[in-house]
Amino acid sequence: MFAYVLRRLLYALPILIGVNLVTFGLFFVVNSPDDMARMQLGVKRVTPEAIERWKAERGYDRPLFFNGAVHGSAQVMDTIFFQKSLKMFSFDFGRADDGRDIAQEIRDRMGPSLALALPTFVLGLVASVSLALILVFFRASYLDFWGVVLCVAMMSISSLFYIIGGQWLVSKLWALVPISGYAPGLDATRFLVLPVAISVIAGVGSSARWYRTIFLEEISRDYVRTARAKGLSERVVLFRHVLKNAMIPILTGVVVVIPLLFMGSLLVESFFGIPGLGSYTIDAINAQDFAVVRAMVFIGSVLYIVGLILTDISYTLVDPRVRLE
Amino acid sequence: MLRRFPLLLVFFALLAACGPVWNDPYPASEQGRNIMYSAFTDRPKHLDPVQSYSEDEATFLYQIYEPPLQYHYLKRPYTLVPGSAATMPLVRRYDESGRELPENAPASQVARSVYEIRIRPGILYQPHPALAREADGSLRYASLSAADLQSVRSLADFAEAGTRELEAGDFVHQIKRLAHPRLHSPIFELIAEYLPGLKTLQKTLAEEVSRSSDALDLERHAIPGIEIVDRYTYRITLKGAYPQFLYWLSMPFFAPVPPEADRFYGQPGMAERNLTLDWWPIGTGPYMLSENNPNARMVLARNPNFRGESFPCEGEPGDQEAGLLADCGKSMPFIDKVVFTREREGIPYWNKFLQGYYDASGVSSDNFDQAVTMTSQGEVSLSDEMRAQGIELLTSVSPSIFYLGFNMLDSVVGGGADAEGQARARKLRQAISVALDMDEFVSIFLNGRGVTAMHPIPPGIFGARDGEAGINPVVYEWRDGRAVRRSKEVARRLLAEAGYPDGRDAKTGEPLILNLDTTPGGLGDKSRSDWLAKQFRELGVQFVVRATDYNRFQDKIREGNAQLFFFGWNADYPDPENMLFLLHGAQAKVKESGQNSANYVNPEYDRLFERMKSMPDGAERQVVIDRMVAILQHDAPWIFGFHPKAYSLQHGWVMNRKTGSMVRNTLKYQRIDLERRSAARAEWNRPVVWPLVVVGLLALAAIAPAFVHYRRRERATALGGGR
Repeated sequence: MFAYVLRRLLYALPILIGVNLVTFGLFFVVNSPDDMARMQLGVKRVTPEAIERWKAERGYDRPLFFNGAVHGSAQVMDTIFFQKSLKMFSFDFGRADDGRDIAQEIRDRMGPSLALALPTFVLGLVASVSLALILVFFRASYLDFWGVVLCVAMMSISSLFYIIGGQWLVSKLWALVPISGYAPGLDATRFLVLPVAISVIAGVGSSARWYRTIFLEEISRDYVRTARAKGLSERVVLFRHVLKNAMIPILTGVVVVIPLLFMGSLLVESFFGIPGLGSYTIDAINAQDFAVVRAMVFIGSVLYIVGLILTDISYTLVDPRVRLE
Repeated sequence: MLRRFPLLLVFFALLAACGPVWNDPYPASEQGRNIMYSAFTDRPKHLDPVQSYSEDEATFLYQIYEPPLQYHYLKRPYTLVPGSAATMPLVRRYDESGRELPENAPASQVARSVYEIRIRPGILYQPHPALAREADGSLRYASLSAADLQSVRSLADFAEAGTRELEAGDFVHQIKRLAHPRLHSPIFELIAEYLPGLKTLQKTLAEEVSRSSDALDLERHAIPGIEIVDRYTYRITLKGAYPQFLYWLSMPFFAPVPPEADRFYGQPGMAERNLTLDWWPIGTGPYMLSENNPNARMVLARNPNFRGESFPCEGEPGDQEAGLLADCGKSMPFIDKVVFTREREGIPYWNKFLQGYYDASGVSSDNFDQAVTMTSQGEVSLSDEMRAQGIELLTSVSPSIFYLGFNMLDSVVGGGADAEGQARARKLRQAISVALDMDEFVSIFLNGRGVTAMHPIPPGIFGARDGEAGINPVVYEWRDGRAVRRSKEVARRLLAEAGYPDGRDAKTGEPLILNLDTTPGGLGDKSRSDWLAKQFRELGVQFVVRATDYNRFQDKIREGNAQLFFFGWNADYPDPENMLFLLHGAQAKVKESGQNSANYVNPEYDRLFERMKSMPDGAERQVVIDRMVAILQHDAPWIFGFHPKAYSLQHGWVMNRKTGSMVRNTLKYQRIDLERRSAARAEWNRPVVWPLVVVGLLALAAIAPAFVHYRRRERATALGGGR
């Protein structure tokens, strides 16, 4: 398995270079270094000299990909792309255009993002799987029918509605928890209970329907009939046998997102005032801060690759027949 | 589910332990304390006083730094008074031969102006590690090693903080910082025009920067034109006459910064820890930044070393009646701490204001109808709901203008080089100015939160006239004591005179097509562009919206490729020069990279501008301004759009708030009635528990049949029909 993981990590290198290249290309198609300078220096009273100075100071006065003014390897190395990309592979993200250290900013924001995303993920998974199993348990009954109707209704409603409605009902009308805000440590609980509950409720409809389909497919298999023939109760059949055997498709969708949890949720974090990573990339795009955009896309790619490798590894844990070679 | 119920009960029991209010977003330790709560939407980009130039940043910076001058909090029109200066600067003017000129000497005779500024003795800086000293008097943290900084993450990690008295040299140091090549001060070019020594200094510093990446030591460099007279006095010598310089002296660009701060923050390893002057200001003002997390909250705490200042005892008429002089002579600041929480979305911000968790709020379009009602006469008043909560509404016209500019370099709307073409184009611009009903625009798209502009100068700034003398005669006529927009018929006639009868070229018969260049969120938005198209259609003119991203839009403006565009300007200071320069030929965007985006050039206007800018306010200046305004109204390089109105709501427990966008160091004047706030919060936020019981019962009602079904099914036999 070690060799497999190592091979996958080596495969990741060209992928990361490609992602970096595409990000770089797309960013500079829309924004020129002059635009970036103007955005940072402000729109009032900016002079061409100030723009040139800003670019020179940050290394944006070089050509993008190819420097025809020099010779040899410098033609490639003395470019914005090379200079800005090289350090990233050692996870040295440098500074944002506003001078803040990007790594420090990520560290500061990661905690609140995880504080929201982890309970949402765990509770959401438990709730969805449980609801799906219950629906399967009561399959073909009126409970199953109305349960599916409820799931479809829940997944049809915009998450924005859950957020605004939840804030209005629970925080404004009933005054049970703060509408928005965040505090470090245990005090964070009272700020997180509503966004977590809303996120779980907003996501449970679609997830439960998806898991129900998986379980229904599984329940018609021979081993289930055998288990029932052995006299096992339906509860034991579902929770012990069906759930275990349905793990592969569940893990495919679930494990891959685990590393991405720390990237945060833009909408929920924005509405609930949680100072996480959710809005970091969007803010950076709006501010034309290439250093942050590049760093966040790079981290996202790395985490996605890690997530895929973890998914592969998790298959071997739930299904002994799977071997990573 | 049933098993989780106790957990929920424990959680709500914990909430109950927090006090009678469960949804209070602030720590229990802050209850009843003299703290003001506010919110911010966009994170400040710069807190370095030579770089900061936006309103978001001014909210913080003006409370921390004390420039030599400040605006009187209550007086209108805006009046400059001493801040950290002991008195108003002594200004002397000299001619080429060095002879001192009288105060009313024409600007053309003035070769240099000398500003002598004497500061108040005894002002101390806020406690700061940069000023901490050892017993022998040397700086405690001036030569830190990597090991010293290992566990340092914020300023609070430094065990000691110190202070010292403010000196004239600190102001001079800050002026030198304007020339710092790494700081990119936005006003460098402007000030260097009058203070050429800045350019000389910047050249020297740039050479030094190119040789070494070390922090610059500005103390080693002198700046021509600036002189330290004594410990408390310094002199600035400007080229020519620039009376508006006094306004700049009220901004943080000219606030004092101790050289020790640059030495402290310039040490290796500081910037990597986000320890910079751009992030942790050091000032002498009433507040100091004690927490800086722009992603969550920023906190200003009372500066224990603040010199103390008394609440003003004079104001404008009506201030006494409004209770704004009740704290006359009392020592400021009144509030111990100001907590700014970041609210990215308007809905939670608004709801928290209604719950009493923010002391004041703006009025956005989303909650306008809930907050404000319009009378049949178009007057605004608070809604009954707001009144019931004791909320008060403050309104003021902002010193800003939004306008639709014509690119005078465009052959259709600018007219080209020949006089005949220019005359036709002028008629065309006048026709469009009449046809675009900006009163309707303000009413539909701004809920009436704007004053239709007659010229570039906003109300409240010298030069703006009221009544009949203040109208734009091209677009309005004075009838029955009020300005009435001229009819569409007038616009059609002007259009025909321009050579486009019924919107078609009289020679070719081709339809006239006008293009509006805009950005998403600007006038390109569907409803607004539909409205504009309708206005043009009534003239028979075809209207095309060319929406593009902000960068390309800026490129078009810079290169003169736009035809019609929507722009705005927020005045830096309350002087007509700061508005009328937007149409000065020397500021033309394409030719001079200036702020005149319309590229309008009129020799008479330019001549008058040069004369007006150095004149003191008075009848003579008003005559010149009237002529300049008349030229603009006749030439119509802009469709004068509107001056936005700022609407602000505050709870009844907030005292001494007065609107006025120019006055930004407002926090020290404000006071909170803490008892009233606590009582209101408790009353408005009583937790309602019964819905939890109902939800629990509903859950039980849903689970019960399922449980019955489950039991029946588990007990059923294969042949029993239990399904």
